Amino acid sequence: MRAVAVQKLALTGNYAVAYAVKMAKPHVIAAYPITPQTSIVEKLSEFVERGELKARFVNVESEFSAMSVVYGAAMAGARVFTATSSHGLLYMYEAAWWAALSRAPVVMAVVTRTIGPPWNIHVEHNDILTLRDSGWVIAMAETVQEAFDLTLQAFRIAESALLPTAVGVDGFILSHSTEPVEIPPQDVVDKFLPPRNPNAPMTLRPGVPVAFGNLPSDNRMHARHKVAVYNAHQEAKGLVRQADYEYGKLTGRSYGGLVETFKMGDAKHVVVCAGSWCSDAKDAVAKLREAGLPVGLMRLRFIRPFPTEEVRRLDDYDTVIVYDRDITPSGGVLGVEVKAALSRAKVVNIVAGIAGVDFDSRGFYQTIQDAVEGKYKEVEFVV
Amino acid sequence: MTFRLDQLPKTKYVLPGNAACAGCGMMIGWKILGMALGEESVLTIPASCASVVQGLSPKSGINMPILNVPFASAAAVATGISEAFKTLGVRGHAVVWAGDGGTADIGFAALSGAAERNSDIIYIMYDNEAYMNTGIQRSSSTPRSAWTTTTPSGKRERKKDVALLMAMHGAPYVATASIAYPQDFYRKLKRAAEIEGFKFIHLHTPCPPGWRFDPAKTVEVARLAVETGAWILWEYDNGHFKLNPPSTLYADKSKRKPLREYLKLQGRFAHLTDDDIKTLEAEVEEKWRFLLSLVHKS
Repeated sequence: MRAVAVQKLALTGNYAVAYAVKMAKPHVIAAYPITPQTSIVEKLSEFVERGELKARFVNVESEFSAMSVVYGAAMAGARVFTATSSHGLLYMYEAAWWAALSRAPVVMAVVTRTIGPPWNIHVEHNDILTLRDSGWVIAMAETVQEAFDLTLQAFRIAESALLPTAVGVDGFILSHSTEPVEIPPQDVVDKFLPPRNPNAPMTLRPGVPVAFGNLPSDNRMHARHKVAVYNAHQEAKGLVRQADYEYGKLTGRSYGGLVETFKMGDAKHVVVCAGSWCSDAKDAVAKLREAGLPVGLMRLRFIRPFPTEEVRRLDDYDTVIVYDRDITPSGGVLGVEVKAALSRAKVVNIVAGIAGVDFDSRGFYQTIQDAVEGKYKEVEFVV
Repeated sequence: MTFRLDQLPKTKYVLPGNAACAGCGMMIGWKILGMALGEESVLTIPASCASVVQGLSPKSGINMPILNVPFASAAAVATGISEAFKTLGVRGHAVVWAGDGGTADIGFAALSGAAERNSDIIYIMYDNEAYMNTGIQRSSSTPRSAWTTTTPSGKRERKKDVALLMAMHGAPYVATASIAYPQDFYRKLKRAAEIEGFKFIHLHTPCPPGWRFDPAKTVEVARLAVETGAWILWEYDNGHFKLNPPSTLYADKSKRKPLREYLKLQGRFAHLTDDDIKTLEAEVEEKWRFLLSLVHKS
């Protein structure tokens, strides 16, 4: 059922995120400029200056301090937001881990960008994927509309799972591209996202002598604390699905939970990908279908918690082709992770589009065909 | 503000069972902090001796709310707490209790940022003049010539003056203090709590194992630092510099004790030659000349 009085605006991905943050009514926002993230926080500071958003906007001297400010505010009970990209995320890395292991419900937009050297502002997913072992929830938007929707859902997931949540928005491809975006009415957003409980994960108030983070008397206590983060990620899968379902009921837009599937029903081969280029991949899949190739697609909307159960279904298909817009010395991150979840011997891992190299639906069309025909090694680089 | 020590609050904020070394100067300061702001503050503590002396969780040897945070982050985390309190309508101070390494070195960018933004926090740098928690390594706040494990023949550079740097940021309140003068430190904490914006107090806290002196002499060493003029008590309040007693007296060089009396109690200065001491004396004199010029211009 669609909500009434939906407003439709033409927004860039970054402005869509800013509008969603405004509607989430955060208490504290802190940020440091970095391309291509900057226009998110520029827009938010405008909202605050104009009195349209009653939040404290803290201009900081580094990303490390941006994360530290929102971490402190989150631990004191505030709803918080920050945004960054690439080197900014790497610079705040210690604080990002500290936030996760404090179970601080920080929400952060990561406008994905290549890591240097050389300096390069174009899209790549290595930056956001560095959070994968830290305890952060990681979501990836495909469209500007989904960047808006995921940002609202991120607040709810973060505050119910007590896990910081990052929303990946592909640099320039989404961040600076304008699309029509449906904005739900504020009362619908309020219903979806109630105010947060300021006393979780802890009560940090004058006169309440609780110490957080001092040395453990028994290292097993610390170990159990870390296992609790693993367990929280397992539980977060249900929260992600629930958020997607309820958001769908309220706004008419539901994406399928941790993954979205496309033409998988009668397929023999499956493409796996994450982020904005999944639209190009879908285009290629549709064309290959027309050409008679039985191919489908699974889009990972969430990389943490990792959709293990959904990915396991891929064992039933003849060919699994995983596209990575990131590169590590052991191949692509998603290639390694998808393979780890499967019992099959071979997964084709195509590393492409790194360092912002264009990779469009024609690239997908050709490489899917080649992969199905068995032309590729286990890891294939298209650069 | 005049009061006697026995008129201060009796609630204990530093509890038995904490893990501090015998004669720890920082813990003396912490007691005064508790007396002044114990019920109205949340502490942010970066990696430091202060993160260890709390003792072992799930218990704490400090009767105050504490958020332990990454080494370089304290000023920014406290800013976040302060901003959250303002929007959530919580009354209370976000107070940083940080060592010289976390303040003058690794935390300096965050500190400078908070000072420039005029974030509403009270930042207390307890200065034991080296990385004591990791075993006595040099910091930028270690004085010239002092032995540390990373300056085995003595530090070759002068001590960074963080309090003056904070004043040069235009912070509304900056002060120095010493654990040998608890009334002065207490008054400065209370004054800082009255002011909106960024407040910085630089507290001199001798460290018996790090400075190599008898743990029974912590207060004596701290007092000699002031009496010899090596450590000067001053405050910068609302744009005006002024000296505080007893340093007011030591503006007159003839009233100061010889610097040697402060140095000779400490093993970290045991290797000093007469020439080294002359250099240190000249630096003390230079520091006084500069500070007095600021006081007179105010």
